[in-house]
Amino acid sequence: MISMVLALIAIWIGLELATSGLFLSARNLYNLSIQTSAIAVVSCGMVFVIVARQIDLSVGSLLAFTGVLTAFAQVRWFEGMASATWMLSIVVGLAAGVVVGLFQGWWVAYRGIPALVVTLAGFLMYRGAAFLIAQGQTIAPLDETYQRLGGGAAGSIGVAASWVIGAAGCTWLGWYVWNTRRERAKYTADQTPVWLDVIKVIVGVAAIAGFVAVMASYPDRSQADDDGNAPGMGIGVPVLILIGVVVVLSFLAHRTRFGRYVFAYGGNPESAVLAGINTRFVLVKIFVMMGILSTVAAVITTARLNAGANSIGQLTELYAISAAVIGGTSLAGGVGSVPGAVVGALVIQSLDNGMVLLDIGSAQRQIIIGLVLIAAVWFDVVYTKRQSR
Amino acid sequence: MTQPIVEMIGMHKHFGAVRAVDDVSCDLRPGEVVGLLGHNGAGKTTLIKILAGVYAQDGGTIKVRGQPVAFASPRDAQRAGIETIYQHLALADNIDAAGNLFLGRELLTRWGTLDTHRMAHEAGKIIRRINPSFTQTHLPVRALSGGQRQTVAIARALYFDAKILIMDEPTAALGPGETKMVKDIIRGLKQDGIGIYLVSHEMRDVFDVCDRLVVLKNGKLVGTAKVSEVTEDDVLGMIILGKSPVPRAATGATPA
Repeated sequence: MISMVLALIAIWIGLELATSGLFLSARNLYNLSIQTSAIAVVSCGMVFVIVARQIDLSVGSLLAFTGVLTAFAQVRWFEGMASATWMLSIVVGLAAGVVVGLFQGWWVAYRGIPALVVTLAGFLMYRGAAFLIAQGQTIAPLDETYQRLGGGAAGSIGVAASWVIGAAGCTWLGWYVWNTRRERAKYTADQTPVWLDVIKVIVGVAAIAGFVAVMASYPDRSQADDDGNAPGMGIGVPVLILIGVVVVLSFLAHRTRFGRYVFAYGGNPESAVLAGINTRFVLVKIFVMMGILSTVAAVITTARLNAGANSIGQLTELYAISAAVIGGTSLAGGVGSVPGAVVGALVIQSLDNGMVLLDIGSAQRQIIIGLVLIAAVWFDVVYTKRQSR
Repeated sequence: MTQPIVEMIGMHKHFGAVRAVDDVSCDLRPGEVVGLLGHNGAGKTTLIKILAGVYAQDGGTIKVRGQPVAFASPRDAQRAGIETIYQHLALADNIDAAGNLFLGRELLTRWGTLDTHRMAHEAGKIIRRINPSFTQTHLPVRALSGGQRQTVAIARALYFDAKILIMDEPTAALGPGETKMVKDIIRGLKQDGIGIYLVSHEMRDVFDVCDRLVVLKNGKLVGTAKVSEVTEDDVLGMIILGKSPVPRAATGATPA
């Protein structure tokens, strides 16, 4: 994963030079952070799917389905009701995501249909279902508070709150490194060198502080006073959602039985069964999780667009898979990391965003991102070969 | 004689038209090592997978400590004190020794999360007891040698206090030193009163550690014999020709 972070930094420097300072401007980085969030949320879940030797091609269509459903519920069903019904509409969307996840997981786990087939069918079905909800109409406008979830106008948490979150992140990082050292000292002799841990903390704190500082320096024009002085935006709400997803999924991966079983199943499905693990139920849970995350991405996307349309989320599944793979998730199963998927999503979105700034057409952008994917998988193949030797 | 700890009576299992196990009975007493022998496809592995809760039998009764049992999953068999060490060791290659040892039965903190440090500690303790030279318990098991992987599999059975142990070809992939280690472990477990089913192709191993042997051919029981009363040739005859053994004492009494 460190190599991917370095690659990302190289890409950023390259794009910064090529765009003569446009790419690393506060405005562009804020937009980049928002653009990355929806894809990154889905790709974090895709890590679990691929680690367990499955695949999910349905997420883009599912995103459209739950997105249109959420918008439809908000605008048509709950219209004129109490003011916070946008929350209820999200609950409706999440429920639909869970039901679809159960459906797909059941076919895969209990009926033995390969995930490729089930989710390919889903790829067709859910976009069709998205069309049927509103007969293909675009549903707009959406609730104003709801729109803030998309990171647009007033879609950030402001400077003070951003620094609080940044400080919390730094504190957690310090505690985590210290606690790991303490636990290691309790049980085993081998300890990482102090200087390495110190560097880890310094780099981490610098990255967090740098991110918050940049987000805080982007002025929020919607809140400018009469003289044109505007407060900073701070961290965008979608980024906050993404951080929450990363924290929860990393916790699931490393600290819970569910995560352990996902990795064990990916490493050796037979051994997981022989160890008495209910592997079918584990697979169902993975697909339910994807249903939930697709809905979260759908909320971010519709809130950002201020509309629910059945055309949203196209190619999301491919970007999410690519992000996971670029971030070090092995298609052979058993290996993958949630933060890695975020880095992968950042790589893809940075290239896309930077090439837009350079006025490169979407056709060329697709070709280049495709080539990057091949390079990343090639890296994975070489790495896997070296491991198995 | 002591009460059998396991009785398998009239076991049947078929896969489609193939009768993998056809009316096989065999029992096991505490502190006894019973060798299961036969060609590939004789039904040994199917039989032990039934006892381990992986397959449900199509007929027959299993009794553990005299009580009839029905295992719906490997977990049920584990709860009855049956631990299994599979031929391919059933380890997840991408997970470390501690993770494999506790797979499916993780130690949890009071918040219900994985207690990885305590698991690493406990795993290290029991693994060093079996194999003092094995210290790399934090590496993914794909990086380990055959003997170390075997140690992890055996440690799993010991940690959970197996009363009945099934070992499927435990020495198949091991060098001479490691084979000796496994045999010493088997003898130690025997002393502790653990009953062991040992599936093996290695006649040497069977004669070294087993008390009795059970021979299967084409899913059927050929016969059961005390190791002390048969020769290797007798056993080969049972395996290859499906001949019931004639006790040496009887042969001696009969004029040729």
